[in-house]
Amino acid sequence: MPIILDHVTYKYSTGTAYEKTALSDVCLTIPDGQFIGIIGHTGSGKSTLVQHLNGLLKATEGTIYYNGKDIYDKTFDMKDLRTQVGMVFQYPEHQLFETTVFEDVSFGPKNQGLPKKDVDLRAYEALSSVGIPQEVCDSSPFELSGGQKRRVAIAGVLAMKPAVLILDEPTAGLDPKGRDEILDLIQETHRRSGNTVILVSHSMEDVASYVDRIIVMDGGKVKYDDTPKEVFKSYKELEEIGLAAPQVTYLMKELKEAGWPVKSSVTTVSEARDEIIKALKK
Amino acid sequence: MLRDITIGQYYPADSKIHSLDPRVKLLATLVYIISLFMVDDVFSLLFISVALAAVIVTSKVPFTYIMRGLHSIIILLIFAAAFNIFLTPGIPIFTIWKLNVTKEGIKSAAVMMIRMIYLIAGTSLMTLTTTPNALTDGLEKSLSPLNKINVPVHEIAMMMSIALRFIPILIEETDKIMKAQMARGADFESGSIIKKAKNMVPLLVPLFVSAFRRANDLAMAMEARCYHGGEGRTKMKPLKYQKGDAVAYVLLAAYLAGVIIIKIVTNSIL
Amino acid sequence: MKSIKQMMIEARGLSHEYFRRDDDGNVTEIVNALSGVDINVKPGQFIAILGHNGCGKSTLAKHINVLLTPSDGTLYVSGMDVKDEDNTIDIRRNAGMVFQNPDNQIIASIVEEDVAFGPENIGVETDEIWKRVEKSLKSVGMLEYRDHSPNRLSGGQKQRVAIAGVMAMQPKCIILDEATAMLDPVGRKEVLSAVKELNREKHVTILWITHYMEEVTEADYIYVMDKGKIIMEGSPKGVFSQVELLREHRLSVPQITELAFELKEEGLPLPDGILTREELIEELNKCRLS
Repeated sequence: MPIILDHVTYKYSTGTAYEKTALSDVCLTIPDGQFIGIIGHTGSGKSTLVQHLNGLLKATEGTIYYNGKDIYDKTFDMKDLRTQVGMVFQYPEHQLFETTVFEDVSFGPKNQGLPKKDVDLRAYEALSSVGIPQEVCDSSPFELSGGQKRRVAIAGVLAMKPAVLILDEPTAGLDPKGRDEILDLIQETHRRSGNTVILVSHSMEDVASYVDRIIVMDGGKVKYDDTPKEVFKSYKELEEIGLAAPQVTYLMKELKEAGWPVKSSVTTVSEARDEIIKALKK
Repeated sequence: MLRDITIGQYYPADSKIHSLDPRVKLLATLVYIISLFMVDDVFSLLFISVALAAVIVTSKVPFTYIMRGLHSIIILLIFAAAFNIFLTPGIPIFTIWKLNVTKEGIKSAAVMMIRMIYLIAGTSLMTLTTTPNALTDGLEKSLSPLNKINVPVHEIAMMMSIALRFIPILIEETDKIMKAQMARGADFESGSIIKKAKNMVPLLVPLFVSAFRRANDLAMAMEARCYHGGEGRTKMKPLKYQKGDAVAYVLLAAYLAGVIIIKIVTNSIL
Repeated sequence: MKSIKQMMIEARGLSHEYFRRDDDGNVTEIVNALSGVDINVKPGQFIAILGHNGCGKSTLAKHINVLLTPSDGTLYVSGMDVKDEDNTIDIRRNAGMVFQNPDNQIIASIVEEDVAFGPENIGVETDEIWKRVEKSLKSVGMLEYRDHSPNRLSGGQKQRVAIAGVMAMQPKCIILDEATAMLDPVGRKEVLSAVKELNREKHVTILWITHYMEEVTEADYIYVMDKGKIIMEGSPKGVFSQVELLREHRLSVPQITELAFELKEEGLPLPDGILTREELIEELNKCRLS
């Protein structure tokens, strides 16, 4: 079920001194099953963009088609859209509210109107997929560690089995291990269920090794939209807009300039390692 | 949206009103409010209108900005006006379904509306032209005699200024949590009042948890910066009366005298 | 006594334990948030403390600022014993602290008034406060924002205001407890370079607490913590050469160091603890020539 954004513009505080265009004339097609990274610095419009995809924000101009249907149409079922397009906000652990972990994860499926049996089943499934042990399910979500809370909050959205999963900075504030764990589990659910995943991030290094496609946002516009390799070729321009390519990309560029027979479009450590070994063997 | 709430927000500008001592502005606001409830005749209201308009112009705060504070109470205003129109006894002018519309009713509704609007305009003007810190400083200083009877004036003032600082942050947070729960299918709009109240739980619990976490963090940050109550504290901007403040006090006295004189004169004529 | 005076921060066997209680108030567990921590920080140094979330690094920071007191061991800050309550305000003035959440440490609604909060608390005269506010805001490059509301600043700018607020108390040392954890890369860079400048230009001792390895490659000395203990210490080179040990403690190394490590595993004759691209290229060129 593809999502198509057709010339979407979003302005807020219209008519006041603080009027600001957060998105301007964004056109995108998001086909099924892609793993997409949306990158941009704070204020680039990346969070605003994803909040349009499940109808939390309404475009000032332009429209969005979900599954071929205009989501701003009066007959369009917005509630259904929100169950299809799941959204994990920044610091999602701040939205936990129930008395037990299990109840909290059940909140989404319950709102979907599923029978109790299915709700329970989904909650269990989601919790085990994020690696929360059974014995924790009955404890209060407020007693968990920071990393666990984050995973419970993500499970709360996974339990709704969204066809499209959006995560806004899911690794913010986590330590390196916690970050890798979260990204790995997102990749795992993507592989298993084949859902579309949209990962919003300001960290190039995080995103490069996971996604199929990178959308770079700057000043409310789509600046680049391509595979990581292609996007990182423009590392100089990326730097100008407050982003940077992974360190290994720089290294390989410099090696190439120093006369090494290596590809410069390298984005991960393991790729770089293989390239260097290959070059040394020549 | 929630972002548009202006009460308690400061509008930076370089005007005579902005640079007044907050104590002057506090007293002036108090006198102004009392004067609003003293009068109900056309001449007095006209006099107050002129005074208010003069202050608004001097303050350099855009008129629309002041009036935006009215949005939040418009329904209350309409209700209050309706009650006044229909329920004030007096000479009926006409009748809508068993309800008499009286001359007195219309008059008292009009006076009430003007009072409410002026009240909001006047008080917003004070908060718009005074930084929250200056405002609490002013309160702290004006109320300091109460310290003698063990009222923790400094602590109250500090709490107020912190509350003012955190209102915009908590509003933003509410917006965010609301969206996050809506993304999980929460419904904050439809249903009966009881259902609506119940539906607020997923919003209120995280909001309280977050407010407590923030309070805890802030208390620690304040301690780390050597905060230990009002004792031995100095001020970056200590309150000191300037020439302008004396002029303002004279004008304020003139205003009060004006209101009283008009009141006496109109009373004796009517 | 002389050796204590020379140290900015000196901890010996510093321990902190607290009781965890169930709903009825019965003690269920004794948690050792810190156990036997020894650290030395000399005046003017840039010291980093690394560790994953929950390793005890924030607990340590709070001791240095007397927000917590030790259960055991000793801690001297600028020669003053933290256990002596008369020293509390003096210690806090000498060792200022910047916290993680930019929103939750700005007290006033105007930037300059917030910076003045510390000096006001310690009774600095009005004229002097104005001078200090101006100087501190300038030192972090935020002077032009002096009459702004903090709410409209970016995360990096808010943190710089918080640093200015500490600087206005003229401390000898600043402790930054994950001050960049909630910022984006631009903000992180902003704050780190502001702090490095204070260290370099004003010789303020810095205790930089983080889990971002990239930030501490230039530190004078690094302590790595886990489970309330110091598990590794040394120069950045020394610490980052132990890639596997760091990984065991939920930490990672900078990408370049990781690549060098993996190349070494493949049999390349590279030295341990390569931190920068220049170093790696130089070493790789050597490999290629031989």
